[in-house]
Amino acid sequence: MTGPEAHWRAALAEGRLLLQRAPDGSVVFPPRLAAPGSSEALEWFEASGRGSVYTLSWISRKPPAEPYHVALIDLDEGARLMSRVEDVTPETLRIGMKVEAFVEQGGEAPLLLFRPVED
Amino acid sequence: MADTFPRGRTAIAGLATFGIGEMPGWTSMELTAQAALLAVADAGLTLPDVDALFICQPDDFFAGMSFAEHLGLQPRYTDNNRTGGSAFMSHMAVAAMLLDAGYIDCALIAYGSNQRSNGGKLATKITSNQWDAPYAPLFPLTSYALATARHMHEYGTTREDLAAVALAARAWANTNPDAFARGPLTLEDCLSARMISTPISVRDCCLVTDGAAAIVMTRTDRARDLPKPPVPVLGAAAATWWNSIAQAKDVTVTAARESSARAMAMAGVSPSDIRTAQLYDAFTINTILFLEDLGFCPKGEGGRFVSSGAIAPGGTLPVNTNGGGLSYCHPGMYGLFAIVEAARQIRGEAANQIDAVDVALAHGNGGTLSSQATVILGSVATL
Repeated sequence: MTGPEAHWRAALAEGRLLLQRAPDGSVVFPPRLAAPGSSEALEWFEASGRGSVYTLSWISRKPPAEPYHVALIDLDEGARLMSRVEDVTPETLRIGMKVEAFVEQGGEAPLLLFRPVED
Repeated sequence: MADTFPRGRTAIAGLATFGIGEMPGWTSMELTAQAALLAVADAGLTLPDVDALFICQPDDFFAGMSFAEHLGLQPRYTDNNRTGGSAFMSHMAVAAMLLDAGYIDCALIAYGSNQRSNGGKLATKITSNQWDAPYAPLFPLTSYALATARHMHEYGTTREDLAAVALAARAWANTNPDAFARGPLTLEDCLSARMISTPISVRDCCLVTDGAAAIVMTRTDRARDLPKPPVPVLGAAAATWWNSIAQAKDVTVTAARESSARAMAMAGVSPSDIRTAQLYDAFTINTILFLEDLGFCPKGEGGRFVSSGAIAPGGTLPVNTNGGGLSYCHPGMYGLFAIVEAARQIRGEAANQIDAVDVALAHGNGGTLSSQATVILGSVATL
Protein backbone atom coordinates (compact mmCIF):
# COMPACT_ATOMS: atom_id res chain seq x y z
CA MET A 1 0.00 0.00 0.00
CA THR A 2 1.33 3.41 -0.93
CA GLY A 3 0.52 6.94 0.14
CA PRO A 4 -2.12 8.99 -1.69
CA GLU A 5 0.34 10.83 -3.92
CA ALA A 6 1.97 7.65 -5.18
CA HIS A 7 -1.49 6.15 -5.80
CA TRP A 8 -2.47 9.21 -7.86
CA ARG A 9 0.76 9.14 -9.85
CA ALA A 10 0.40 5.43 -10.59
CA ALA A 11 -3.05 6.09 -12.06
CA LEU A 12 -1.72 9.02 -14.08
CA ALA A 13 0.90 6.72 -15.58
CA GLU A 14 -2.05 4.62 -16.83
CA GLY A 15 -3.61 7.74 -18.35
CA ARG A 16 -6.27 8.10 -15.64
CA LEU A 17 -7.05 11.25 -13.66
CA LEU A 18 -8.10 10.38 -10.12
CA LEU A 19 -9.65 12.72 -7.59
CA GLN A 20 -10.84 12.20 -4.03
CA ARG A 21 -14.28 12.94 -2.66
CA ALA A 22 -15.04 13.92 0.94
CA PRO A 23 -18.17 12.70 2.75
CA ASP A 24 -19.79 16.12 2.20
CA GLY A 25 -19.33 15.68 -1.56
CA SER A 26 -16.52 18.21 -1.95
CA VAL A 27 -13.74 17.16 -4.27
CA VAL A 28 -10.11 17.22 -3.24
CA PHE A 29 -6.87 17.89 -5.10
CA PRO A 30 -3.93 17.44 -4.52
CA PRO A 31 -4.34 13.94 -3.05
CA ARG A 32 -4.18 13.66 0.73
CA LEU A 33 -4.96 11.40 3.64
CA ALA A 34 -8.17 12.88 5.00
CA ALA A 35 -10.85 15.36 4.07
CA PRO A 36 -9.53 18.93 4.35
CA GLY A 37 -10.35 20.36 7.73
CA SER A 38 -11.47 17.03 9.17
CA SER A 39 -10.24 13.50 9.72
CA GLU A 40 -12.95 11.94 7.58
CA ALA A 41 -12.04 9.33 5.00
CA LEU A 42 -11.79 10.22 1.32
CA GLU A 43 -12.91 8.02 -1.56
CA TRP A 44 -11.14 7.86 -4.89
CA PHE A 45 -13.03 8.28 -8.15
CA GLU A 46 -12.08 8.77 -11.77
CA ALA A 47 -12.62 12.35 -12.92
CA SER A 48 -14.33 13.27 -16.17
CA GLY A 49 -11.31 15.37 -17.07
CA ARG A 50 -13.58 18.16 -18.20
CA GLY A 51 -13.13 21.65 -16.87
CA SER A 52 -12.62 25.30 -17.67
CA VAL A 53 -9.86 27.90 -17.49
CA TYR A 54 -10.11 29.90 -14.25
CA THR A 55 -7.13 32.17 -14.85
CA LEU A 56 -3.97 32.16 -16.95
CA SER A 57 -0.65 33.86 -17.53
CA TRP A 58 1.67 33.93 -20.54
CA ILE A 59 5.33 33.86 -19.59
CA SER A 60 7.80 35.69 -21.83
CA ARG A 61 10.98 34.09 -23.05
CA LYS A 62 13.97 35.56 -24.83
CA PRO A 63 13.14 35.72 -28.56
CA PRO A 64 12.95 33.83 -30.79
CA ALA A 65 11.51 31.44 -28.17
CA GLU A 66 7.75 31.77 -28.02
CA PRO A 67 5.99 32.61 -24.75
CA TYR A 68 4.44 29.71 -22.86
CA HIS A 69 1.61 29.77 -20.39
CA VAL A 70 0.29 28.26 -17.20
CA ALA A 71 -3.38 28.15 -16.30
CA LEU A 72 -5.47 27.28 -13.29
CA ILE A 73 -8.12 24.81 -14.38
CA ASP A 74 -11.42 24.34 -12.58
CA LEU A 75 -12.43 20.71 -13.03
CA ASP A 76 -16.15 20.14 -13.44
CA GLU A 77 -16.16 18.02 -10.27
CA GLY A 78 -14.96 21.03 -8.26
CA ALA A 79 -11.21 20.76 -7.76
CA ARG A 80 -8.70 23.27 -9.10
CA LEU A 81 -5.18 22.63 -10.34
CA MET A 82 -2.35 24.22 -12.28
CA SER A 83 -1.72 22.97 -15.80
CA ARG A 84 -1.32 24.02 -19.44
CA VAL A 85 -3.71 24.00 -22.38
CA GLU A 86 -2.24 22.67 -25.62
CA ASP A 87 -3.04 23.91 -29.15
CA VAL A 88 -3.81 27.49 -28.12
CA THR A 89 -2.30 30.94 -28.72
CA PRO A 90 -2.38 34.17 -26.70
CA GLU A 91 -5.25 35.15 -29.01
CA THR A 92 -7.35 32.03 -28.45
CA LEU A 93 -6.73 31.03 -24.83
CA ARG A 94 -9.16 32.81 -22.53
CA ILE A 95 -10.65 32.64 -19.05
CA GLY A 96 -13.76 30.48 -19.15
CA MET A 97 -12.58 28.33 -22.08
CA LYS A 98 -13.84 24.73 -21.84
CA VAL A 99 -11.05 22.16 -21.74
CA GLU A 100 -10.52 18.44 -21.28
CA ALA A 101 -7.63 16.56 -19.73
CA PHE A 102 -5.16 14.22 -21.34
CA VAL A 103 -1.94 12.67 -20.11
CA GLU A 104 1.31 13.23 -21.97
CA GLN A 105 3.44 10.16 -21.44
CA GLY A 106 6.54 11.12 -23.41
CA GLY A 107 8.50 13.14 -20.84
CA GLU A 108 10.42 12.28 -17.69
CA ALA A 109 7.16 11.72 -15.86
CA PRO A 110 3.53 11.52 -17.02
CA LEU A 111 2.16 15.06 -17.30
CA LEU A 112 -1.46 16.12 -16.95
CA LEU A 113 -2.38 18.58 -19.71
CA PHE A 114 -5.56 19.96 -21.23
CA ARG A 115 -6.87 20.75 -24.69
CA PRO A 116 -9.78 22.97 -25.75
CA VAL A 117 -13.18 21.42 -26.42
CA GLU A 118 -16.32 22.85 -27.94
CA ASP A 119 -18.71 24.48 -25.47
CA MET B 1 -13.52 32.12 20.20
CA ALA B 2 -12.37 35.72 19.96
CA ASP B 3 -8.69 36.53 20.04
CA THR B 4 -7.10 37.46 23.33
CA PHE B 5 -4.44 40.09 22.85
CA PRO B 6 -2.65 42.42 25.26
CA ARG B 7 -3.84 45.58 23.53
CA GLY B 8 -1.31 48.36 24.00
CA ARG B 9 0.54 46.59 26.80
CA THR B 10 3.64 46.09 24.65
CA ALA B 11 5.33 48.61 22.40
CA ILE B 12 8.04 49.22 19.87
CA ALA B 13 10.75 50.99 21.85
CA GLY B 14 13.49 51.11 19.22
CA LEU B 15 13.78 50.81 15.47
CA ALA B 16 16.31 51.14 12.68
CA THR B 17 16.98 50.49 9.05
CA PHE B 18 20.42 50.06 7.56
CA GLY B 19 22.03 49.61 4.18
CA ILE B 20 18.97 50.39 2.07
CA GLY B 21 19.92 50.04 -1.58
CA GLU B 22 23.33 48.60 -2.39
CA MET B 23 25.83 47.39 0.20
CA PRO B 24 28.51 45.38 -1.59
CA GLY B 25 30.95 43.73 0.78
CA TRP B 26 28.36 43.08 3.48
CA THR B 27 26.82 39.72 4.30
CA SER B 28 23.12 39.40 5.06
CA MET B 29 23.89 38.68 8.72
CA GLU B 30 26.18 41.70 9.01
CA LEU B 31 23.48 43.96 7.61
CA THR B 32 20.95 42.45 10.00
CA ALA B 33 23.25 42.78 13.00
CA GLN B 34 24.00 46.42 12.20
CA ALA B 35 20.29 47.26 12.02
CA ALA B 36 19.78 45.34 15.26
CA LEU B 37 22.52 47.23 17.10
CA LEU B 38 21.12 50.54 15.86
CA ALA B 39 17.61 49.60 17.00
CA VAL B 40 18.83 48.58 20.46
CA ALA B 41 20.71 51.88 20.76
CA ASP B 42 17.65 53.77 19.50
CA ALA B 43 15.66 52.18 22.32
CA GLY B 44 18.21 53.43 24.84
CA LEU B 45 19.03 49.86 25.78
CA THR B 46 22.13 47.70 25.56
CA LEU B 47 22.52 44.37 23.84
CA PRO B 48 22.44 42.33 27.08
CA ASP B 49 18.96 43.74 27.71
CA VAL B 50 17.72 41.63 24.78
CA ASP B 51 16.46 38.21 25.88
CA ALA B 52 14.49 37.07 22.84
CA LEU B 53 15.43 36.97 19.17
CA PHE B 54 13.06 36.84 16.21
CA ILE B 55 14.51 36.52 12.74
CA CYS B 56 13.72 35.07 9.31
CA GLN B 57 16.72 35.31 7.01
CA PRO B 58 16.54 34.42 3.33
CA ASP B 59 19.66 32.32 3.17
CA ASP B 60 19.92 30.59 6.52
CA PHE B 61 17.40 28.09 7.80
CA PHE B 62 19.12 28.19 11.21
CA ALA B 63 19.19 31.99 11.29
CA GLY B 64 17.95 32.15 14.87
CA MET B 65 21.01 30.34 16.09
CA SER B 66 23.32 32.20 13.74
CA PHE B 67 21.95 35.52 14.94
CA ALA B 68 22.41 34.62 18.61
CA GLU B 69 25.95 33.50 17.85
CA HIS B 70 26.75 36.62 15.84
CA LEU B 71 25.49 38.94 18.58
CA GLY B 72 26.98 36.82 21.36
CA LEU B 73 23.64 36.41 23.12
CA GLN B 74 22.08 33.39 24.81
CA PRO B 75 18.40 34.30 24.37
CA ARG B 76 15.63 32.83 26.51
CA TYR B 77 13.54 32.40 23.39
CA THR B 78 14.43 32.27 19.68
CA ASP B 79 11.92 32.28 16.83
CA ASN B 80 12.88 31.61 13.23
CA ASN B 81 9.59 31.05 11.49
CA ARG B 82 9.08 30.44 7.77
CA THR B 83 5.94 32.23 6.68
CA GLY B 84 7.84 34.46 4.27
CA GLY B 85 7.54 38.23 4.23
CA SER B 86 4.73 38.26 6.78
CA ALA B 87 6.99 36.55 9.33
CA PHE B 88 7.80 39.80 11.08
CA MET B 89 4.18 40.69 11.81
CA SER B 90 3.77 37.17 13.19
CA HIS B 91 6.90 37.70 15.27
CA MET B 92 5.27 40.80 16.77
CA ALA B 93 2.19 38.84 17.77
CA VAL B 94 4.30 36.21 19.52
CA ALA B 95 6.61 38.77 21.11
CA ALA B 96 3.64 40.72 22.47
CA MET B 97 2.23 37.59 24.09
CA LEU B 98 5.56 36.51 25.58
CA LEU B 99 6.32 40.01 26.87
CA ASP B 100 2.89 40.43 28.40
CA ALA B 101 3.13 37.02 30.05
CA GLY B 102 6.46 37.94 31.60
CA TYR B 103 8.17 35.09 29.76
CA ILE B 104 10.62 37.54 28.13
CA ASP B 105 11.48 41.19 28.80
CA CYS B 106 12.91 42.51 25.56
CA ALA B 107 12.43 41.20 22.05
CA LEU B 108 14.65 42.00 19.09
CA ILE B 109 13.07 41.40 15.67
CA ALA B 110 15.49 41.76 12.78
CA TYR B 111 15.96 41.05 9.11
CA GLY B 112 18.57 41.82 6.49
CA SER B 113 19.62 40.68 3.07
CA ASN B 114 22.31 41.48 0.54
CA GLN B 115 20.10 40.14 -2.24
CA ARG B 116 21.05 42.85 -4.73
CA SER B 117 24.82 42.76 -4.19
CA ASN B 118 24.69 38.98 -4.11
CA GLY B 119 23.21 38.92 -7.59
CA GLY B 120 19.68 37.95 -6.64
CA LYS B 121 20.77 34.40 -5.91
CA LEU B 122 18.59 34.20 -2.83
CA ALA B 123 15.46 34.33 -4.94
CA THR B 124 16.00 30.72 -6.00
CA LYS B 125 15.88 29.26 -2.49
CA ILE B 126 12.14 28.63 -2.63
CA THR B 127 10.35 26.97 -5.53
CA SER B 128 6.92 25.83 -6.65
CA ASN B 129 5.50 22.69 -5.08
CA GLN B 130 5.55 19.38 -6.96
CA TRP B 131 2.03 19.90 -8.36
CA ASP B 132 2.79 23.26 -9.96
CA ALA B 133 6.47 22.91 -10.85
CA PRO B 134 6.05 20.71 -14.00
CA TYR B 135 4.27 23.62 -15.73
CA ALA B 136 7.16 26.01 -15.01
CA PRO B 137 5.45 29.05 -13.52
CA LEU B 138 7.91 31.76 -12.54
CA PHE B 139 8.07 31.52 -8.77
CA PRO B 140 6.66 33.56 -7.16
CA LEU B 141 5.81 36.03 -9.93
CA THR B 142 3.39 33.96 -12.03
CA SER B 143 1.21 33.27 -8.99
CA TYR B 144 0.63 37.00 -8.63
CA ALA B 145 0.03 37.23 -12.38
CA LEU B 146 -2.70 34.57 -12.14
CA ALA B 147 -4.40 36.56 -9.39
CA THR B 148 -4.05 39.77 -11.40
CA ALA B 149 -5.53 38.24 -14.55
CA ARG B 150 -8.55 36.98 -12.64
CA HIS B 151 -9.01 40.31 -10.86
CA MET B 152 -9.03 42.05 -14.24
CA HIS B 153 -11.52 39.52 -15.60
CA GLU B 154 -13.93 39.77 -12.68
CA TYR B 155 -13.69 43.44 -11.79
CA GLY B 156 -12.44 45.26 -14.86
CA THR B 157 -9.16 46.21 -13.21
CA THR B 158 -6.79 47.62 -15.83
CA ARG B 159 -3.07 47.88 -16.39
CA GLU B 160 -3.54 51.62 -15.82
CA ASP B 161 -4.82 50.79 -12.33
CA LEU B 162 -1.77 48.62 -11.67
CA ALA B 163 0.41 51.45 -12.90
CA ALA B 164 -1.28 53.85 -10.46
CA VAL B 165 0.17 51.77 -7.62
CA ALA B 166 3.68 51.98 -9.04
CA LEU B 167 3.32 55.71 -9.72
CA ALA B 168 2.09 56.43 -6.18
CA ALA B 169 5.00 54.47 -4.73
CA ARG B 170 7.45 56.42 -6.88
CA ALA B 171 5.88 59.73 -5.88
CA TRP B 172 6.45 58.89 -2.21
CA ALA B 173 9.98 57.64 -2.93
CA ASN B 174 10.89 60.84 -4.72
CA THR B 175 10.71 62.76 -1.44
CA ASN B 176 12.38 60.05 0.67
CA PRO B 177 16.17 60.42 0.52
CA ASP B 178 16.59 56.77 1.61
CA ALA B 179 14.51 55.37 -1.24
CA PHE B 180 16.50 53.36 -3.77
CA ALA B 181 14.40 54.07 -6.88
CA ARG B 182 13.80 57.77 -7.38
CA GLY B 183 13.26 59.90 -10.44
CA PRO B 184 10.57 60.33 -13.03
CA LEU B 185 8.20 57.48 -13.82
CA THR B 186 5.26 57.97 -16.17
CA LEU B 187 2.13 56.03 -16.96
CA GLU B 188 3.56 55.43 -20.41
CA ASP B 189 6.74 53.99 -18.85
CA CYS B 190 4.56 51.50 -16.97
CA LEU B 191 2.32 50.57 -19.89
CA SER B 192 5.21 50.07 -22.31
CA ALA B 193 7.35 48.13 -19.83
CA ARG B 194 8.60 44.69 -20.76
CA MET B 195 6.03 41.98 -20.01
CA ILE B 196 7.27 39.13 -17.83
CA SER B 197 4.21 37.00 -17.02
CA THR B 198 1.00 38.53 -18.31
CA PRO B 199 -0.39 40.87 -17.10
CA ILE B 200 2.64 41.65 -14.90
CA SER B 201 5.41 43.74 -16.44
CA VAL B 202 8.74 44.75 -14.93
CA ARG B 203 7.10 47.94 -13.61
CA ASP B 204 4.61 45.88 -11.61
CA CYS B 205 7.44 44.19 -9.70
CA CYS B 206 9.20 45.22 -6.52
CA LEU B 207 12.82 46.22 -6.44
CA VAL B 208 15.73 43.90 -5.73
CA THR B 209 17.86 45.73 -3.16
CA ASP B 210 20.04 45.16 -0.15
CA GLY B 211 18.85 46.34 3.22
CA ALA B 212 18.13 45.55 6.85
CA ALA B 213 15.66 46.57 9.50
CA ALA B 214 15.12 45.88 13.19
CA ILE B 215 12.73 46.72 15.97
CA VAL B 216 12.96 46.33 19.74
CA MET B 217 9.80 45.50 21.68
CA THR B 218 9.23 45.68 25.41
CA ARG B 219 6.32 46.22 27.79
CA THR B 220 4.78 49.66 27.33
CA ASP B 221 5.23 50.64 30.97
CA ARG B 222 8.95 50.10 30.57
CA ALA B 223 9.03 51.73 27.14
CA ARG B 224 7.61 54.92 28.65
CA ASP B 225 10.87 55.33 30.59
CA LEU B 226 13.00 54.97 27.48
CA PRO B 227 14.12 57.90 25.33
CA LYS B 228 11.89 57.48 22.27
CA PRO B 229 8.10 57.75 22.21
CA PRO B 230 6.68 54.25 22.68
CA VAL B 231 4.68 52.86 19.78
CA PRO B 232 2.13 50.56 21.43
CA VAL B 233 1.03 47.44 19.58
CA LEU B 234 -2.76 47.57 19.55
CA GLY B 235 -3.34 44.37 17.61
CA ALA B 236 -1.46 41.71 15.64
CA ALA B 237 -2.94 38.74 13.79
CA ALA B 238 -1.79 36.24 11.19
CA ALA B 239 -3.86 34.04 8.88
CA THR B 240 -2.97 31.18 6.55
CA TRP B 241 -5.40 29.89 3.94
CA TRP B 242 -3.20 28.00 1.46
CA ASN B 243 0.34 27.76 0.11
CA SER B 244 0.06 27.37 -3.66
CA ILE B 245 -2.07 29.94 -5.46
CA ALA B 246 -3.69 26.98 -7.27
CA GLN B 247 -5.40 26.09 -3.99
CA ALA B 248 -6.99 29.49 -3.38
CA LYS B 249 -10.77 29.21 -3.45
CA ASP B 250 -10.83 32.67 -5.01
CA VAL B 251 -7.50 34.14 -6.12
CA THR B 252 -8.85 37.67 -5.74
CA VAL B 253 -9.43 37.27 -1.99
CA THR B 254 -6.58 36.72 0.45
CA ALA B 255 -6.31 35.80 4.11
CA ALA B 256 -5.59 39.49 4.72
CA ARG B 257 -9.35 39.70 5.11
CA GLU B 258 -9.12 37.52 8.20
CA SER B 259 -5.85 38.83 9.64
CA SER B 260 -6.97 42.46 9.36
CA ALA B 261 -10.41 41.84 10.84
CA ARG B 262 -8.90 40.10 13.82
CA ALA B 263 -6.14 42.68 14.30
CA MET B 264 -8.60 45.56 14.06
CA ALA B 265 -10.96 43.89 16.53
CA MET B 266 -8.08 43.51 19.01
CA ALA B 267 -7.14 47.14 18.49
CA GLY B 268 -10.73 48.35 18.64
CA VAL B 269 -10.37 50.28 15.40
CA SER B 270 -11.97 50.23 11.97
CA PRO B 271 -10.40 51.08 8.62
CA SER B 272 -11.60 54.69 8.89
CA ASP B 273 -9.50 55.13 12.07
CA ILE B 274 -6.31 54.20 10.26
CA ARG B 275 -4.36 57.24 9.14
CA THR B 276 -1.76 55.46 7.03
CA ALA B 277 -1.29 51.90 5.76
CA GLN B 278 2.01 50.25 4.95
CA LEU B 279 1.25 47.31 2.65
CA TYR B 280 3.60 44.61 1.42
CA ASP B 281 3.74 45.57 -2.25
CA ALA B 282 5.80 42.80 -3.81
CA PHE B 283 3.73 43.43 -6.96
CA THR B 284 1.26 46.17 -7.85
CA ILE B 285 -1.67 43.77 -7.47
CA ASN B 286 -0.75 43.26 -3.80
CA THR B 287 -1.66 46.82 -2.91
CA ILE B 288 -4.98 46.55 -4.73
CA LEU B 289 -5.91 43.21 -3.13
CA PHE B 290 -4.89 44.32 0.34
CA LEU B 291 -6.75 47.64 0.15
CA GLU B 292 -9.86 45.57 -0.57
CA ASP B 293 -9.21 42.78 1.92
CA LEU B 294 -8.24 45.19 4.71
CA GLY B 295 -11.52 47.01 4.24
CA PHE B 296 -10.36 50.32 2.78
CA CYS B 297 -12.57 49.82 -0.27
CA PRO B 298 -15.05 47.19 -1.44
CA LYS B 299 -13.84 43.98 -3.16
CA GLY B 300 -13.25 44.72 -6.81
CA GLU B 301 -12.89 48.47 -6.32
CA GLY B 302 -9.17 48.46 -5.52
CA GLY B 303 -8.13 49.40 -9.03
CA ARG B 304 -10.46 52.37 -9.18
CA PHE B 305 -9.47 53.35 -5.62
CA VAL B 306 -5.77 53.60 -6.46
CA SER B 307 -6.46 55.30 -9.80
CA SER B 308 -8.38 58.02 -7.92
CA GLY B 309 -5.11 59.09 -6.31
CA ALA B 310 -6.27 58.00 -2.85
CA ILE B 311 -3.00 56.32 -1.87
CA ALA B 312 -0.57 58.85 -3.39
CA PRO B 313 0.81 62.01 -1.76
CA GLY B 314 -2.15 64.26 -1.03
CA GLY B 315 -4.60 61.35 -1.11
CA THR B 316 -7.12 60.34 1.52
CA LEU B 317 -5.24 57.19 2.60
CA PRO B 318 -1.45 57.56 2.42
CA VAL B 319 -0.08 54.11 1.53
CA ASN B 320 3.55 53.01 1.53
CA THR B 321 4.74 56.47 2.45
CA ASN B 322 8.40 55.47 2.20
CA GLY B 323 8.02 54.36 -1.43
CA GLY B 324 7.23 50.74 -0.57
CA GLY B 325 8.76 47.63 -2.03
CA LEU B 326 8.20 49.07 -5.48
CA SER B 327 10.45 52.14 -5.03
CA TYR B 328 11.94 52.23 -1.49
CA CYS B 329 13.55 48.84 -0.95
CA HIS B 330 12.83 45.14 -1.24
CA PRO B 331 15.67 42.88 -0.14
CA GLY B 332 13.70 39.64 -0.55
CA MET B 333 11.25 40.15 2.29
CA TYR B 334 9.69 43.56 2.92
CA GLY B 335 7.57 42.95 6.00
CA LEU B 336 9.78 44.51 8.64
CA PHE B 337 10.29 47.66 6.56
CA ALA B 338 6.52 48.18 6.48
CA ILE B 339 6.44 47.88 10.28
CA VAL B 340 9.31 50.35 10.71
CA GLU B 341 7.62 52.88 8.41
CA ALA B 342 4.32 52.58 10.30
CA ALA B 343 6.17 53.10 13.60
CA ARG B 344 8.08 56.07 12.23
CA GLN B 345 4.80 57.65 11.17
CA ILE B 346 3.47 57.23 14.74
CA ARG B 347 6.67 58.69 16.16
CA GLY B 348 6.60 61.62 13.76
CA GLU B 349 9.96 60.63 12.29
CA ALA B 350 9.03 59.54 8.77
CA ALA B 351 10.70 61.06 5.73
CA ASN B 352 7.23 61.80 4.35
CA GLN B 353 5.59 62.56 7.64
CA ILE B 354 1.79 62.57 7.63
CA ASP B 355 0.00 64.94 10.01
CA ALA B 356 -1.47 63.54 13.22
CA VAL B 357 -0.87 59.82 12.88
CA ASP B 358 -2.39 58.11 15.91
CA VAL B 359 -3.16 54.75 14.29
CA ALA B 360 -1.12 53.10 11.56
CA LEU B 361 -1.39 49.69 9.95
CA ALA B 362 1.36 47.46 8.61
CA HIS B 363 0.39 44.44 6.56
CA GLY B 364 2.69 41.58 5.58
CA ASN B 365 2.44 39.03 2.80
CA GLY B 366 4.30 35.74 2.62
CA GLY B 367 4.63 33.10 -0.06
CA THR B 368 2.38 33.57 -3.08
CA LEU B 369 -0.36 35.60 -1.39
CA SER B 370 -0.28 32.66 1.03
CA SER B 371 0.50 33.98 4.50
CA GLN B 372 -1.06 37.23 5.66
CA ALA B 373 -0.37 39.13 8.88
CA THR B 374 -1.53 42.53 10.06
CA VAL B 375 -0.35 44.75 12.90
CA ILE B 376 -2.05 47.86 14.20
CA LEU B 377 0.20 50.40 15.88
CA GLY B 378 -0.95 53.38 17.89
CA SER B 379 0.38 56.38 19.73
CA VAL B 380 0.20 56.49 23.53
CA ALA B 381 -2.88 58.66 23.06
CA THR B 382 -4.76 55.58 21.83
CA LEU B 383 -4.22 53.64 25.07
